[in-house]
Amino acid sequence: MSTITADARVSSRALSRAHSSVRRRRYLNNAGTVVLSVVLVVWSLAPIYNMVLISLEPEGDVFNDHIWPTVPSLESFWGVLTQGHWYLEHFWHQFANSFYIGTMVTFFALLFGSLTSFAIGRMRIRYGWLVSNAALLTYVIPASFLAIPFYRIMQNYGLADNPWSVIAALVAFATPYAIFVFQEYGRSIPIEVDESARIDGASPPQIYLRIYLPLMAPALVAVGTYALLLAWNEYLYQFLLLSSKASMTVPVALAQFISSDQSPWNYMMATAIIYALPPVAIYYAFRRRMTAGLTMGGVKG
Amino acid sequence: MMDSASVVDVGRPVSRRPAISRSLRGGLKGGEYAWAVAFVVPYIAVFVTFVAYPVVYGLWMGSEISLYRELFADPIYQSTVVNTALYLALGVNVKMFLALLLSGFFMRPGWWMKVLLLIFVLPWAVPQISTFISIHWMLNGEWGFLNNALYTLFHVEGPYWLNDRWMALGAVIVSHIWKWTPFWTLILLAGRMAIPLEIRDSARVDGATGVRGFVHITFPLLANLYLICTLLSTIFLLGDFNAVTFVSGGGPANSTHVLATLGIRDAFEIANPRLGVAAVMSALPMVIPLVIVLMRKLRTAQVQI
Repeated sequence: MSTITADARVSSRALSRAHSSVRRRRYLNNAGTVVLSVVLVVWSLAPIYNMVLISLEPEGDVFNDHIWPTVPSLESFWGVLTQGHWYLEHFWHQFANSFYIGTMVTFFALLFGSLTSFAIGRMRIRYGWLVSNAALLTYVIPASFLAIPFYRIMQNYGLADNPWSVIAALVAFATPYAIFVFQEYGRSIPIEVDESARIDGASPPQIYLRIYLPLMAPALVAVGTYALLLAWNEYLYQFLLLSSKASMTVPVALAQFISSDQSPWNYMMATAIIYALPPVAIYYAFRRRMTAGLTMGGVKG
Repeated sequence: MMDSASVVDVGRPVSRRPAISRSLRGGLKGGEYAWAVAFVVPYIAVFVTFVAYPVVYGLWMGSEISLYRELFADPIYQSTVVNTALYLALGVNVKMFLALLLSGFFMRPGWWMKVLLLIFVLPWAVPQISTFISIHWMLNGEWGFLNNALYTLFHVEGPYWLNDRWMALGAVIVSHIWKWTPFWTLILLAGRMAIPLEIRDSARVDGATGVRGFVHITFPLLANLYLICTLLSTIFLLGDFNAVTFVSGGGPANSTHVLATLGIRDAFEIANPRLGVAAVMSALPMVIPLVIVLMRKLRTAQVQI
């Protein structure tokens, strides 16, 4: 009897000691989480806060030393939207250029990518592995390394200052990723689906349109988002190939500011924010699909 | 042991193709074969015209030996090689290591972690040009946000960050890490999520938690994915043009160029395209082995949607 109570007393003391150590550890753990969270938030948001801060300054007032907007003004956003500054006289045209290039790159990357992966993965064309290796090789070559010869070739083709030269380059670099993802994703669709349609007399284009594309919808969305953002965010090829103000895209126009002596920083930052809104919105809308789609790929910078 | 393919791809069973496909492979009828060819021709045309031809053209442009003599004698090129090596070594490894640790941090449960993750991925969601221009102005010695904040909060006069080679290069590297850590964190997070719950649970029962669980259970399962990510990130970083161009502009006095930006500068600013191609091609001894290893690795990897 007495031994039992003694045991119980010992174990309850040990228990309470264990409890308090667990509690202390949980407390430290939570404190660590809070500190790390604060650091991560400040770290992630600082350059973005800087963008917002400067865009809210009235014109000519960016040269000051405060770290929050004293007289916040939407003047610079209004200036961008109404093309009210001499730097911004083509803003909407350039926005449309970016959008046009993005749409075309998405369309052709999806079209060529899905056709190729259909022929290789579903129709199992001979030497298909050669094509997928060529695509894989393109994916792992840094695009910027080809910029100089590409520029020369486009000049030879007479495509200088033509949006189609940029579209061609970006389709060439986005399609390999499309082929890669489509082929891998296509493996989860049983080949018998195609086979039975074939027995029923469906022609290859019919199988492609009616069966393959609908079943590939999730992959099409993931790759389409990837291609659109790739084109929207790309800078080097657009900078080299589009030189006139009318054919420029937003990033090229934005980058012109930085080399100027009297850079209107508030307008620049307002432009940078407006330019960033579509990709950020697309990113958060398609977040789940994207993180999945890029598990092995990723946005090629 | 599991490779990354299985780690990434645990959710979806891989279906083996039955014998029917074998009859399809050789059994394309004439009309079907024509269709199949018609389907691949557009991409082959794009590849030949806009990838293979520029590659061959570039190799031809950079094929003169004298170009390399000129290039190697250029002091700007010499400092560029050092910068590129530092950018690669620190940019890739610090970023990937942070991503590895943070992906573990984001595995914690709770609504706060979900909100934090949404904020954390913002640097990656915002276009590069916007953020790098913002960082450039932020680091301005006189009116930049960083020095203003240092002065307001701590009464410290910050330096002129971009007027010194090493600080400017450091700024470029930190900007790169800032921009791309979220992306690799998400990928490694997906890899961690794909580790079956039973493995994690049984490891916990066996006492493998915390650091020991990471060293003996999590990391071995993530190692191949981590390696592929590191290699891909090396290639992407080697071709990176934007961080240097917008954060430091290659300055002060062309001391912070990397190979990708030096190539463009030589080709377009001093109008010597062949020298620019040579600058880029001098990275080939590193690019070729990387490409070969990556292609082998990627061919066996799988995608999850």
